[in-house]
Amino acid sequence: MSTSTTGDVLVDYDEVLAAYDPAMGLEVHVELNTATKMFCGCPTEFGAEPNTQVCPTCLGLPGAMPVVNAKAVESAIRIGLALNCDIAEWCRFARKNYFYPDMPKNFQTSQYDEPIAFEGWMDVLVPTADGGTETVRVEIERAHMEEDTGKSLHVGGSTGRIHGADYSLVDYNRAGIPLIEIVTKPITGLGAQAPEVAKAYVAQLRELIVALGVSDARMDQGSIRADVNLSLAPKGSGALGTRTETKNVNSLRSVERAVRYEMQRHAAVLGEGRSILQETRHWHEDTGVTTSGREKSDAEDYRYFPEPDLVPVAPSREWVEQLRGTMPENPRARLARLQESWGFTDLEMRDTVGAGALGLVEETIAAGAAPQSARKWWLGEMARRANDSGVEIGALGVTPQHVARVQAMVDAGELTDKLARQVFDGLLAGEGTPEEVVAARGLAVVSDEGALSAAVDKAIAENPAIADKIRDGKVAAAGALIGAVMKEMRGQADAARVKELVLEKLS
Amino acid sequence: MSADLTRRTAADLAADLAAGTTTSVALTQAHLDRIAAVDGGPDAGVHAFLHVDAEGALAAAAASDERRAAGSPASALDGVPIAVKDVLATRGLPTTCGSKILEGWVPPYDATVVARLRAAGLPILGKTNMDEFAMGSSTEHSAYGPTRNPWDLERIPGGSGGGSAAALAAFETPLALGTDTGGSIRQPGAVTGTVGVKPTYGGVSRYGLVAMANSLDQVGPVTRTVLDSALLHELVGGHDPLDSTSVDQPLPSLVDAARRGAEGDLSGVRVGVITELSGEGYQAGVQARFEESLELLVKAGAEVVEVSCPTFVHALATYYLIMPCEASSNLAKFDAMRYGLRVLPEGVDSPSAEQVMRATRDAGFGDEVKRRIILGTYALSSGYYDAYYGTAQRVRTLIARDFAAAFEKVDVLVSPTAPTTAFKLGEKLDDPLAMYLNDLATIPANLAGVPGMSLPSGLADEDGLPAGFQILAPALADDRMYRVGAALEAALHERWGGPLLDRAPALAAQAGPTDANGASA
Amino acid sequence: MPEITRDEVEHLANLARIDLSDAELDHLAPQLSVILESVASISGVAGDDVPPTSHALPLTNVFREDVVVPGLGAEAALAGAPESEQQRFMVPRILGDEQ
Repeated sequence: MSTSTTGDVLVDYDEVLAAYDPAMGLEVHVELNTATKMFCGCPTEFGAEPNTQVCPTCLGLPGAMPVVNAKAVESAIRIGLALNCDIAEWCRFARKNYFYPDMPKNFQTSQYDEPIAFEGWMDVLVPTADGGTETVRVEIERAHMEEDTGKSLHVGGSTGRIHGADYSLVDYNRAGIPLIEIVTKPITGLGAQAPEVAKAYVAQLRELIVALGVSDARMDQGSIRADVNLSLAPKGSGALGTRTETKNVNSLRSVERAVRYEMQRHAAVLGEGRSILQETRHWHEDTGVTTSGREKSDAEDYRYFPEPDLVPVAPSREWVEQLRGTMPENPRARLARLQESWGFTDLEMRDTVGAGALGLVEETIAAGAAPQSARKWWLGEMARRANDSGVEIGALGVTPQHVARVQAMVDAGELTDKLARQVFDGLLAGEGTPEEVVAARGLAVVSDEGALSAAVDKAIAENPAIADKIRDGKVAAAGALIGAVMKEMRGQADAARVKELVLEKLS
Repeated sequence: MSADLTRRTAADLAADLAAGTTTSVALTQAHLDRIAAVDGGPDAGVHAFLHVDAEGALAAAAASDERRAAGSPASALDGVPIAVKDVLATRGLPTTCGSKILEGWVPPYDATVVARLRAAGLPILGKTNMDEFAMGSSTEHSAYGPTRNPWDLERIPGGSGGGSAAALAAFETPLALGTDTGGSIRQPGAVTGTVGVKPTYGGVSRYGLVAMANSLDQVGPVTRTVLDSALLHELVGGHDPLDSTSVDQPLPSLVDAARRGAEGDLSGVRVGVITELSGEGYQAGVQARFEESLELLVKAGAEVVEVSCPTFVHALATYYLIMPCEASSNLAKFDAMRYGLRVLPEGVDSPSAEQVMRATRDAGFGDEVKRRIILGTYALSSGYYDAYYGTAQRVRTLIARDFAAAFEKVDVLVSPTAPTTAFKLGEKLDDPLAMYLNDLATIPANLAGVPGMSLPSGLADEDGLPAGFQILAPALADDRMYRVGAALEAALHERWGGPLLDRAPALAAQAGPTDANGASA
Repeated sequence: MPEITRDEVEHLANLARIDLSDAELDHLAPQLSVILESVASISGVAGDDVPPTSHALPLTNVFREDVVVPGLGAEAALAGAPESEQQRFMVPRILGDEQ
């Protein structure tokens, strides 16, 4: 037993598993990277000035009407096919009615009982304790099209959060951006593996979305968002317990943590003989806890009905087959191909996948880096920095192109590894391109032989005893002199060349 | 000359402009003067207008005259002024939908039909009164006070588009746009002695029409003659990529059909009288004028037969399930957050968004709107959807099948437009069911998406008030009702010795708040 | 079909975000019952084999190309706002989430 920062009692993980079987359902929202919104021609670019990407339709002005974006339908079908779904021969949009200030029409145009894609599956590769991988098949219930809401800024109060705010400021730039919601069937029988499978599923889904090229797939910017449904049932009962829906799970790491947290919290509630409230909960990335949203009772009456301003979507079988021809290769075949081409060991491959860096390494290699160099940077330096700052490795702000460029500078002798790390400091601080960081911070290796030679002479003069040892053949002592030279050169010298010079001068 | 101008048809005015015998500025001013003289305001006069845009209309008229002087008019109706129902978004002109909740809202965009009017050079005189959000059959549900019937200012002008119809009947405008969800163009046409057409669903763009029931709403012409309706219908109709339900195929020429019909020969045309929509329950004078019109059609060479559409008796109930469902959802957007009225609840410190929404929607919506929102919310809620909305949509299929079967036998279907002539203001205001019965004969067309027209059939003997004759045609065959309508109109002119509106009483000059420069109400 | 009670009307008004006064509830509940009773006549008119009609015309696949068209601009977008601040719509404090 332990207690969370918010006072939730948590049962130890092992004890949860001794008494209960977890069941999960994952709902992942993917924001498509179409040029325009789902139902109007407004642009979708991230980070624009507030309320500059709006029109009568996405502002919900009286009289305005929606028209479906063909590209969004195409992306939805491609996602459906990649998830081995059936594609509906005929489906409609429906209105999901509820009031909320960031939703301009007070209904969301979504799909209800007629999703565009349904009944699919994804084979998820999950790392095992012995260093291998195992396959878990996650059944997909549906993937459907809908639209995003606007963004509220909560002003005043002490917390800056929604509770206690004096008022809110709404920006509708994001309202109407196309979303695909992908819903799994209940995933059961996983026991202790549940949190890992949840993470692996979302990670692999994200990679699939990247491979399809249908979304920016940036969890940190909200272009992929996960909701985690979780319930516990007494071990071996085969029943399904009451579930909670945890929203706002916006990193891969959090998917795993949120599942684990809810399992531990549910077990504590059930252990006290109380029952789980069917409710929405919020995940807090900073504190690693969930808090109660609202009960799902009254407000769940969404009064769905077919959107009368839109006509049915009936994708022709020819179109579907044509899109089937654009599917990326399956993940397992892709892994085998990449491993062979890169010459990675099984362990290297597993670590790369586990770090969520497969695509990053692939892109870095494509940008010109050697496979081992690409792996070294992403799994070493970048993984460490991502972990330190608690963000996804892909969200650091360092791109595969950056890494490849920095490695090229190292290969050319323009940077040492140590200088390269300082270049990454600059890149993370948003100081521009690698070249700009090198120039601004003065990080280039000094290749001026005259300056280097003078520094070596100075070090020899200041350390006569060490110099004598080297003259006597104790080459290992050169390290101290090299260190002195590097210090003098503020690290901007090629250590190998310094060693050569020292030995030359003292031979 | 000015008084004469307001009594001419739009087609006549277009001809006058083409011949150079008048200017758009002159005839626009003449109509503005007429509005100033007879429209009055909430308490007296016709009160057809909620907003009059004299300045904008005259500027558009001047531009039209310049185009004509340069020999390049933008359309056949370039320079002929028009009034627009206040449910259509007009950029820069207030659009209230007859509701307090939209008081002062000025749309930043034009409805497609309004954009087409502007592009064709028609000066927009102003926005016409209506039942709040088009919910009503009398225009008494306008938050800005009722419109009065020019035939008798104690009586209703029909609804929801009573403003547009009354403006035509009072000679305040030669043309108007209306919208018809269950009869809101045709029923006001019937009780004011004017012509109104609900086009085939999808025939005219709904983009910019503030929706009541999206699957039933249509924009259409409100005029004094069948030919004028055809001219306006052709001008605003046709495919619009901004309306996904807009039909992308060419229609036969409506103006040609109206001109051909006016020649008076209906040989070979089969006319079906809908058994379920006449006789019992219809005012005797209305029924008499209807039967007289049938005789005139026979005289013109048409074959008149009786056709039964048995499921039409369920149309009213079907309508009053589908419409409130769609309306309850459409009207959710009026929540005080982004535009329109914002009311703070009394006695609440620092109210929440939700409390403000509740207070605003209570203060901003009238009774009839609330009734329909609650009804729709009920019928869509979980557990009731199948029993109500689902059932209604299936009955709708049966009604469409009845139409299809009837149109196998006949070219057009006919009925009286409304069961009675104009009733007294206030008479049915607190009896929703009695009010709903006005739409009995007009609703089937909306449910099936077929076009419908109402034209005056004469005056009922018992009260001397206009009765309406409805013509329905198959979807996309709007031309048929223009042909039959124009032929009947010509025969009726002969029967009554000229246009029926010539018999309307003269209107007393008003000293109401409407003036040529500003808005009333 | 069930009669619609005063409590039910209150609940529905709540769902529809309308603050009905007691007087309005007294007035509306019986009217709604009468209307409902009258529309209930259609139950059983159409058999289950009759497909529902949600669109009057059988159109499908009406799409728009994924091409940006100019929108309103912030000034026009905010022109009708009851209040605005920092180029955003200013709304009263929001209680919890409702998604």
